[in-house]
Amino acid sequence: MISINNLHANVEDKEILKGLNLDIKPGEIHAIMGPNGAGKSTLGNVLAGRENYEVTAGSATLNGKNILEMEPEERAREGLFLAFQYPVEIPGVSNLEFLKASVDAVREQQGKEALDSVQFLKLAREKCKAVNLDASFLKRGVNEGFSGGEKKRNELMQMMLLEPQLCILDETDSGLDIDALQVVADGVNAMRDPNRSFIVVTHYQRLLDYIVPDYVHVLSDGKIVKSGGKELALELEQKGYGWLETSDNGAA
Amino acid sequence: MSNNAEIEARIGKEYKAGFFTDIESDTLAPGLNEEVVRFISAKKGEPEWMTEWRLKAFRAWQEMTEPDWAHVTYPKPDFQALSYYSAPKSMENRPKSLDEVDPELLATYEKLGIPLHEQMALAGVAVDAVFDSVSVATTFREKLSEAGVIFMPISEAVHEYPELVKKHLGTVVPQRDNFYAALNSAVFSDGSFVYIPKGVRCPMELSTYFRINEAKTGQFERTLIVADEGAYVSYLEGCTAPMRDENQLHAAVVELVAMDNAEIKYSTVQNWYPGDEQGKGGIYNFVTKRAMAHTNAKVSWTQVETGSAVTWKYPSCILKGDNAVGEFYSVALTNNFQQADTGTKMIHLGKNTRSTIISKGISAGKSQNAYRGLVRMNPNAEGARNYTQCDSLLIGDQCGAHTFPYIESKHPSAVVEHEATTSTVSDDQLFLCRQRGIDTEKAVSMIVNGFCKEVFKELPMEFAVEAGKLLEVSLEGSVG
Repeated sequence: MISINNLHANVEDKEILKGLNLDIKPGEIHAIMGPNGAGKSTLGNVLAGRENYEVTAGSATLNGKNILEMEPEERAREGLFLAFQYPVEIPGVSNLEFLKASVDAVREQQGKEALDSVQFLKLAREKCKAVNLDASFLKRGVNEGFSGGEKKRNELMQMMLLEPQLCILDETDSGLDIDALQVVADGVNAMRDPNRSFIVVTHYQRLLDYIVPDYVHVLSDGKIVKSGGKELALELEQKGYGWLETSDNGAA
Repeated sequence: MSNNAEIEARIGKEYKAGFFTDIESDTLAPGLNEEVVRFISAKKGEPEWMTEWRLKAFRAWQEMTEPDWAHVTYPKPDFQALSYYSAPKSMENRPKSLDEVDPELLATYEKLGIPLHEQMALAGVAVDAVFDSVSVATTFREKLSEAGVIFMPISEAVHEYPELVKKHLGTVVPQRDNFYAALNSAVFSDGSFVYIPKGVRCPMELSTYFRINEAKTGQFERTLIVADEGAYVSYLEGCTAPMRDENQLHAAVVELVAMDNAEIKYSTVQNWYPGDEQGKGGIYNFVTKRAMAHTNAKVSWTQVETGSAVTWKYPSCILKGDNAVGEFYSVALTNNFQQADTGTKMIHLGKNTRSTIISKGISAGKSQNAYRGLVRMNPNAEGARNYTQCDSLLIGDQCGAHTFPYIESKHPSAVVEHEATTSTVSDDQLFLCRQRGIDTEKAVSMIVNGFCKEVFKELPMEFAVEAGKLLEVSLEGSVG
């Protein structure tokens, strides 16, 4: 699905990613954990093509295509989805209009016909229900006045509508209470598919009780310093990250 | 490249109405004096009172100086270098029907999306087409006259309905009101006249389309709309001009009279040539628009201003009668080197008068966009209320948004509310859109349209769609 080799990236001339390698096969869920400042969020932003994240070396291919050369919207249309840690508000632009423009753009890329307004509204309402948001949220401005949990569920709804190939969840659990976490996890689990992969970036093990990963990687100082199965997350929960930062072994 | 650098690199708008119609015109030599005023009056075959009215204005103008308080800078126009009258030769002997109008002229309007043949026209909209200094055609006049509605070029109304014109002309905007209004009163060439009789609801949208074509001319149109007691009319004006390197002057006066219980809805989509990316050329749009609202009357101004190099315009309401209502909804977009100083004046004279001001300013490129508004509650304005909301949206980091609200309240029971916000199209918003597959241009257009929503919903439906598209075109290339 996605293959990342020796990825180096700078933010404002400071090197954050220092040779990151990661290979994810279709259907897999990989969790990325690590201490603050390790570069966890940078990874998602670099892959999605955010401005001011400069790739200095390495490669990243999605289904064999070099995504680092693409504009952010092209990457999105190729099936890369980033669920934001802090979704921004766009006042005045209705959620429905935004979602339709988004789905239209992605469908066009896939050579599918655009959905008409009636079909789309029906679909959007279904997804609203699936993430436990009232249908009235479709009429409101994008994230405008939404609570933290509502914003995250709105992100999840977008993910469901776009049916991406690779979903990157950037600290989706931050700011969520236990009920909201359950809703988000249920949504993600429902989307698990042999042809879809996930990168779940999180600081805490808690989320991984709900979204059970196939692999867990520890990112420290811009590199993956340890990889393992889901039990690695539990080990980290007990021991913290300190014991890894000094060790040189285990780099994936 | 940073977002802002890209924004700058890609600024440049495509102005689709920038063509010139090569047509033989009768254009008066440049210069302005009493002879020119008399010439224009004679050209229109005006009665003596009209000529005198103009001369009075001209004499007043000569003693006035250009206002310089607006937040705009531009080289002062040389009023002696302009021509004050230009008309297509074929209009010399006024064509009696559309069949006699020069096909080249009709083609010009068609190209602008304003077909003048009634069978092709937008259903339910009557159009008066003004080309430089003359009205080319007015559609649906017969259908309107069945309802008793008068809709014709003001130059004709002076002949056909002199009493009506005489009674109302200059009552809302007096000849010596301001420098440009005085100039307009002296040399105005054409424009539209509308009269809706008592109790009549005008059966169609009325619309005037102004086109400047000739070089080195100014357009000075004059519009007078009178809605008699209990009448209703919705009116829309549109404007375009060819792309030229020199600046051209457009100094219009619009007067609205809403008698007791009448309602006038006046909408403008202003798309004069804004000048090029370096700020060269474009129209100076110096316009005086004002309405008089009598008892229980309602006047609503809606404007979408995307064009012109410099805009100086304050559509206003004098709420003279008790319970009169005034509204002002404005979207002003500036890009490149455009400058706009626009807003409104709400003068509350009557008891329980109410006014609403919603202003949306969008600045991109290196442009400067100012809202200037006056709300005055006079000593008799018991129970009067105003609500003002002024929002500015900045695109890029080299433009400016300014707000100059003036509030004068002379009655203790009057309530004045003012809210203002300034926001930007942020990198984070653009990234969210792009991450969802929406390209930057579409994203900006969506964000800007969302910002203007409250104003667009006030426009007649067909024009709301047009206005949205116009914003899109005007912003083309303003972001990377």
